[in-house]
Amino acid sequence: MERVVIVGGSAAGLTAAETLREDGFAGELVLINGESHAGYDRPPLSKHVLGGRTQVSDVMLRPIDFYAQNRVEHRIGVRAAGLDADRRNVLLDSGERVTYDGLLIATGLRPRPLPGQPALRGIHMLRTLDDALALRADLLEASRVIVVGAGFLGSEVTATARELGLHVTLIDALDVPMLRQLGRDIGTAVMKTHVDHGVEVRVRRTVQSFHEREGRVTGISFDDGEHLEADVVVVAIGALPNTEWLAGSGLDVDDGVVCDEYCRAADGVYAAGDVARWFHPELGASLRIEHRMHATEQGIAAAKNLLGARVPFAPMPYFWTDFYDVKIQAFGRIDANDEMKVIAGEIGARCFTAAYHRDEMITAVLGWNAARKVRSLAPLVGKRIDVLSAATMIAA
Amino acid sequence: MKRFREQIVIKIHVDEHKCVGAGQCVMTAPEVFDQREEDGVVILLQDHAENALEPAVRKAAKLCPALAIRVEEA
Repeated sequence: MERVVIVGGSAAGLTAAETLREDGFAGELVLINGESHAGYDRPPLSKHVLGGRTQVSDVMLRPIDFYAQNRVEHRIGVRAAGLDADRRNVLLDSGERVTYDGLLIATGLRPRPLPGQPALRGIHMLRTLDDALALRADLLEASRVIVVGAGFLGSEVTATARELGLHVTLIDALDVPMLRQLGRDIGTAVMKTHVDHGVEVRVRRTVQSFHEREGRVTGISFDDGEHLEADVVVVAIGALPNTEWLAGSGLDVDDGVVCDEYCRAADGVYAAGDVARWFHPELGASLRIEHRMHATEQGIAAAKNLLGARVPFAPMPYFWTDFYDVKIQAFGRIDANDEMKVIAGEIGARCFTAAYHRDEMITAVLGWNAARKVRSLAPLVGKRIDVLSAATMIAA
Repeated sequence: MKRFREQIVIKIHVDEHKCVGAGQCVMTAPEVFDQREEDGVVILLQDHAENALEPAVRKAAKLCPALAIRVEEA
C-alpha cells in the first residue's frame, strides 16, 4: 500500500493514523478532517468546556506536532463529498480527488434535529467544539433553558446549566430519562437526581412548535398547547451517522457503514467509530456504538486489519456519563428489556452496582458512583446468571 | 545482570483531573494502575516501569478514554 486515506480526524481517525504508523505503515497518510479544529475530545464538551472549567487546548486529542512527527498530511476544514470505490478515490468538497490504496472511514455523527426544527438564534445542538463554545456564550446571557432529550448528552448539559445557575426544564418523550439506554429503574433514579438538583423534569412530552421574536427563540409549545418560555433551547435527541457522502459508492450503508467482523466495508475499505456498523462476532449482532472508548478501540482494530492483521473486533462495550456528582459506568451491552438486579447497595443510594441479565446470561454490569467496583465486576459479563448470584452474596 | 534486565525504561504521569475512572488502565496494567474506591480516579502504584511492563503501560495510555496517562522515556 502506497497511500492510506483516513476520512475523519477525531478519536477513531486519529487513533487509526497513529496505529498505522506504530505498526510500520511507511507510505503516504492523508487525514481528511472536515472540522475547523484539529481533533479534539468530545466528552468534555458538555461538561468542562460548557461549564468553562477547562481550556480549549486541554481537549486536543494529540499535540499539534503529532501530525508532522507521524508524517500525516492533515487536510483540515476539507470534507469528503463522494467515494468511487472501484477507482479507489475520494472526492473532496473542493472538487479534488484523492486516490488511495487503503481507506478508513471515521466520519462520525451529527446531531439529529427535531422534525421541523426552525433555524432560530438560541436553539442549539451540541456536537462540535464550536457548538459548545456558542452554547456556553448563550447560556452566560440566559436565565431559562429548555433541554429537549434526557439521554446522556441532555442530562450532562442540564447539569452544567444548573451549575451555571440557570433554571432548566428537561423534556423527554418517554416515561423516564434514559429509558431505552438503561431501563426503567435506573432511568427513575436519573430523573430523581435531576429533580433533587432543582430541574423541572417533564416526561412523556414532545415539542410541537417553537416561538420566536425577531429571529430568536422565546419558548416552545407542547402538543396540548401548553407553552414554556426559554432564552435557550438545547435539542439533544440523538445523532445520525455521516454517510451521505457515500451515496452511490456501492458501499452498504444502513444506519452506518456496514462492515464485517474485521471492520471491513469493501476491498481496501474499513470503518471505525460512531459511523461504523460492524458484526460483533461474540455477541452475534450487527452493532453501531456511539461511545468514546469504542472509537479508540475500533480505530486501532480497523487500522490493524487494514494492514492485514485479520483479527475479528470483539470488544466489551463500555460507557460512562457524568452529571452533578453522579458517575454512571457500564460494561457490556445493555438492553432495556433485560432484567436488572442490584448487586451491592440500593437504587437511590449514593452508590450502587447492578447487573443486567437475559436468558440465564449476564449482559452488562452498571456502577452508580462505583467506578472501582463495576470494573471488578466487568468479567461477569457474558457469564451465566449463577455467577451473579454468587457475586451478590459476596457483595452483601 | 538482573539489574540490567529490569532497567527502568519509562516514567508514567497521570492527570487526576482528566481521569474519568474508566479503569481501562487497571485492566491493561494492574501492576501499575489502581483506582480510588470512591470515585474511580486513577492511582499510580509506581511512577516508572521496566522493560517487561512497558508495552502494557503504553497500551493503557493509548486506550485511556480521557487521555489522562502520559508516558515518557526515563
